[in-house]
Amino acid sequence: MAVIRDVMPAFDLLQPTSAADAHKLLQQHGEQAWIMAGGLDSLDWLKDRIKKPKVLIDLSGVDELKGIRTSGDGIEIGAMTTLTEIANSPVINTRYSVLSEAVSVVASPQIRNQGTLGGNVSQDTRCWYYRGGWPCYRAGGNTCYADTPVGRNREHAIFGANRCVAVHPSDSVPALIALGAKFVLLTPKGQKVVDAEDYFVGPEIDITNMTVLQPGELLTAIRIPSTWAGARFYFEKIRDRNVWDFPLMNVASAMFVSGGVIDRIRLAVSAVAPRPMRLKHVERAVTGKPAEASTGEMAGRMAVEGAIPLQFNAYKIPLMRNLVKRAIAGVQESSWT
Amino acid sequence: MPETSEQARTGETSRKVTRRKFILGVIAGGGAIAAASYKLITSAVHWQASPGERLITLDVNGMRRRVDVMRQETLAWTLRYKMGLTGTKLGCDRAECGACTVLIDDIPQYSCSVLTHTVRSRKVTTIEGLASPDGKLHPVQQAVMDKQGFQCGFCMSGFILSAVGFLNAHPHPGRAELARGVSGNLCRCQDYNKILDALMHGAEKMGRA
Repeated sequence: MAVIRDVMPAFDLLQPTSAADAHKLLQQHGEQAWIMAGGLDSLDWLKDRIKKPKVLIDLSGVDELKGIRTSGDGIEIGAMTTLTEIANSPVINTRYSVLSEAVSVVASPQIRNQGTLGGNVSQDTRCWYYRGGWPCYRAGGNTCYADTPVGRNREHAIFGANRCVAVHPSDSVPALIALGAKFVLLTPKGQKVVDAEDYFVGPEIDITNMTVLQPGELLTAIRIPSTWAGARFYFEKIRDRNVWDFPLMNVASAMFVSGGVIDRIRLAVSAVAPRPMRLKHVERAVTGKPAEASTGEMAGRMAVEGAIPLQFNAYKIPLMRNLVKRAIAGVQESSWT
Repeated sequence: MPETSEQARTGETSRKVTRRKFILGVIAGGGAIAAASYKLITSAVHWQASPGERLITLDVNGMRRRVDVMRQETLAWTLRYKMGLTGTKLGCDRAECGACTVLIDDIPQYSCSVLTHTVRSRKVTTIEGLASPDGKLHPVQQAVMDKQGFQCGFCMSGFILSAVGFLNAHPHPGRAELARGVSGNLCRCQDYNKILDALMHGAEKMGRA
């Protein structure tokens, strides 16, 4: 990593100005094309010479992919909208504040000024063996270097590992899952809309991709329905440093409480598995229960059932138990153990 | 530079050529040679087929300048090695230190992680363009001078541009808010308290100005 080398190897830079053009170029160049949004994930790969696309399609000139619009009963966020714009958006701050909280703790101010929501959800994992160019399963090889007795796997998965133990690094995704967001894709067959949690794919299905996005397809927007507008939200991100770092874990919840009892809830945890996890079984178990510490305790215990820690990440089990507890009961409810 | 024998005898010219000017001259010359050689190599193989111009116009510090830019070139690279604006520093080249921060359309961004071709229609401000045309320093620059805010100064231009970008959007920050505003910049001298003192002083000066 962080070694200054010379200028990156040459590629062709295509700069479409409309989504239709971008889509056409993607189909023309198929697997040789690399989509660049904010560029923070892309340029790391290219500088390290690990990914060597022939054609780079830069979306920064496509204005129709930028901005926050009202759509139906909710909002639609263009895939090229920067995280700073989302953090500052009045409608998101008032109605969907869990998302503004989540994007405000991504990386650093400059990265939020440049990084986009589409890029944040579509970025690749940060497992350093993989990012460092090791020929692991995810890179098309036949070994996992993180899941060995001496592998450095403090940041890796405790759930859902299947040969690959890398985790999804996004902070915005748990919030989007909690809000019931839908991702709008432009495919060769036309528009396709998928649920936030179904945009991501685990290694048991596709070990070399983190998302369902195929070559020739483009993520154009993320829709947030009004279903969870103004709900009681919770978001928390745990990381080593308060700037730059990817999450060791993050949690997001949206719930409606009436008469002290949980009416409806959505709950998501990320950086614990190769895909962001929506905890449907926990959601079902706490619905109809009081929104207090005892329910949180139960939810936390339930959430970590079946977790399989690696050599250096067993701390993630109590961490997840407590984060889920807080996501349901809040921080101030009881003493934390 | 043409020299008359008179000047050569008195050594007038050599005194006028400062170290900084000499280095910038070398960079500009080297850049031109390097750019020409890229053109020779690449036109034969790759670039012939590709659309778009390599010779582009950039709006840097209020000046429109023509510059020959490779597709894969980052803004930090262009600023330093093609335009001689070496006030922009390259620390990590990975969006992890903040030394290369410049303002793009008045918003702080890491120039090491922006392709130059993507800012053709944007306004770029580097540390060299922060002072007013008459040479009067920006209030934040002046505050840094007054308070001696930095130790080695390598991270300084990045810090100042981050602060200026943040202060333009948040004119009266508290110390903690400003600290968060410049949290995308690292100082290896660990001089953060003095840096914040200086930047807060700059914020006050900007409020007064």
